[in-house]
Amino acid sequence: MTTQFWSVADTARRIAAGEISATQIVETMLARIAAIDGELGAYLAVDGIGARAAAAEIDRQRAVNAILGPLAGVPIALKDVLVTRGLATTAASKILQGWIPPYDAHVVDRLRSAGAIILGKVNCDEFAMGSSTENSAYQPTRNPWDPTRVPGGSSGGSSAAVAAGLCAASLGTDTGGSIRQPAAFCGVVGLKPTYGRVSRWGVVAFASSLDQVGPLTRSVADAALVLQTIAGFDPRDSTSLDTPVPRFTDALTGEVRGLRIGIPQEYFEAMDDEIRAGLTRTVDALVERGATTVDLSLPHTKHALPAYYLVAPAEASSNLARFDGVRYGQRVEAADLLEMYARTRGAGFGPEVKRRIMLGTYALRSGYYDAYYKKAQQVRTLIKRDFDRAFQFCDVILTPTTPTPAFRFGAKTNPVDMYLADVFTLSCNLAGLPGISVPCGLTSEGLPIGAQLLGRPLDEAVLLRAGGVIEAAVGLGERRPAGIGGIA
Amino acid sequence: MPALTRNEVEEIALLARLQVEPDELDRMQHELGAILEYFAALAAVDTEGIPAMTHAVPMDLRLRPDVAEPSLPADLALSGVPRRDGELIVVPSSIAPPGRAGTGQKP
Repeated sequence: MTTQFWSVADTARRIAAGEISATQIVETMLARIAAIDGELGAYLAVDGIGARAAAAEIDRQRAVNAILGPLAGVPIALKDVLVTRGLATTAASKILQGWIPPYDAHVVDRLRSAGAIILGKVNCDEFAMGSSTENSAYQPTRNPWDPTRVPGGSSGGSSAAVAAGLCAASLGTDTGGSIRQPAAFCGVVGLKPTYGRVSRWGVVAFASSLDQVGPLTRSVADAALVLQTIAGFDPRDSTSLDTPVPRFTDALTGEVRGLRIGIPQEYFEAMDDEIRAGLTRTVDALVERGATTVDLSLPHTKHALPAYYLVAPAEASSNLARFDGVRYGQRVEAADLLEMYARTRGAGFGPEVKRRIMLGTYALRSGYYDAYYKKAQQVRTLIKRDFDRAFQFCDVILTPTTPTPAFRFGAKTNPVDMYLADVFTLSCNLAGLPGISVPCGLTSEGLPIGAQLLGRPLDEAVLLRAGGVIEAAVGLGERRPAGIGGIA
Repeated sequence: MPALTRNEVEEIALLARLQVEPDELDRMQHELGAILEYFAALAAVDTEGIPAMTHAVPMDLRLRPDVAEPSLPADLALSGVPRRDGELIVVPSSIAPPGRAGTGQKP
């Protein structure tokens, strides 16, 4: 195996043992990015200078036998909605073109403190709004398994970069499935932590009651390591949970004997046949290893999509009010203030962002709040209660991550069709639960399939435990994408 | 739920501080109307007496001690401002100066 596909733990261990230097790792990654990212389109900005300096510092520390951080020398790519001091952050939007943030997001701070090396910023749908990364204002990102298909979204730059070996791991954000869905499309692991588990301080806000940062990695063990680094209380985020963080790597026991796996009927009604076959294989593998299945119902599931597409745009319309040409980003000059706001925003935002701002503004209008936003928040409670009841009878819930494998560019022209790509992932965000997508095989066309696990609040451990078993039993093993930058 | 009129779409764009071109307005009227129709199903859900959700894990709002703490220096905090005059942010007047075109609306 080449260095580009080394695991997070392996990379850190080999650097600590002196088998390879952090500088060698970074140079190999930068060379690989230069060679194939022109076609893949994962990176919006590569920080060669910063990455080389950080690698030299790790090598210097090792030379003097200093204690290295747990991720020392591990090269990581960040979704471009995480602000980075001195490194351009655009949220894949023209309105933030050229903005250099003066501070690091909490999770970036945590990664740097652990010794991780920030390689650069990766593409996504504009302001994380989308399911294919086609809404980026800058470039398309291709799926490394098949370059005619999308990598998923909104964290599509993250999933493509991880799958193609252009970083050891990536951080994404998940508001309605934006970590898990692209992970499923690109054959990698994507974990959305419990709402409040990871600080949102320094994340360009989309929908504040749903957004959560999490890892995209090539293995479940790597997801555990990265989550360990970024999880925990941060007083700067008022929704951050002041709760102990367990040792997530301890969860990977390889054991599911006695584990009760909930199978919700509403998630197995409409999906691609090959996705269904992948999920059947996954259930069989878990049962063979001693897990039991529990058939259950989550009756309010059908309301998740409309509730989500009211709550998320309503919160987005409020959050995105800050992009007005006054304090950061682009400005279009005009004769008076109101016209400057309108022109700046009209020129700076793309079509999907405008659509959602308009939807949210409509839903929050005076006299409409109770009928729309409040109603949707009440439906969220009903959805959450469905899960509370289900978890009385099971320990973890298993569903497909997506109804289809990765689709082709331009396949979803109607907004509602695109929204349906998230139909299996939204409820997790509405209820604030942790969720993970783990690869569970390939279709006959060689496209990855993702199995989704949902857990009780703060029980990321059960996702890692069951996810690790799925990975070992029906995962992709050493199969790597051959579409772009394939390595034999 | 009635489909949106063009006037309503224009009014929402004004509230959202978005300049929308006439062809964009046509498209939005059609698309937003279709999306809102799709959402109409929510109205039928019985939510009588159901509280609105706030957080997955019950928690109270935290207060921190009212003590000044170190923060970004002003110059760094203002480093992304498109137009500045020292530590001041320069913006156009809220009312267009005489003889210059403006929206004529109060912001």
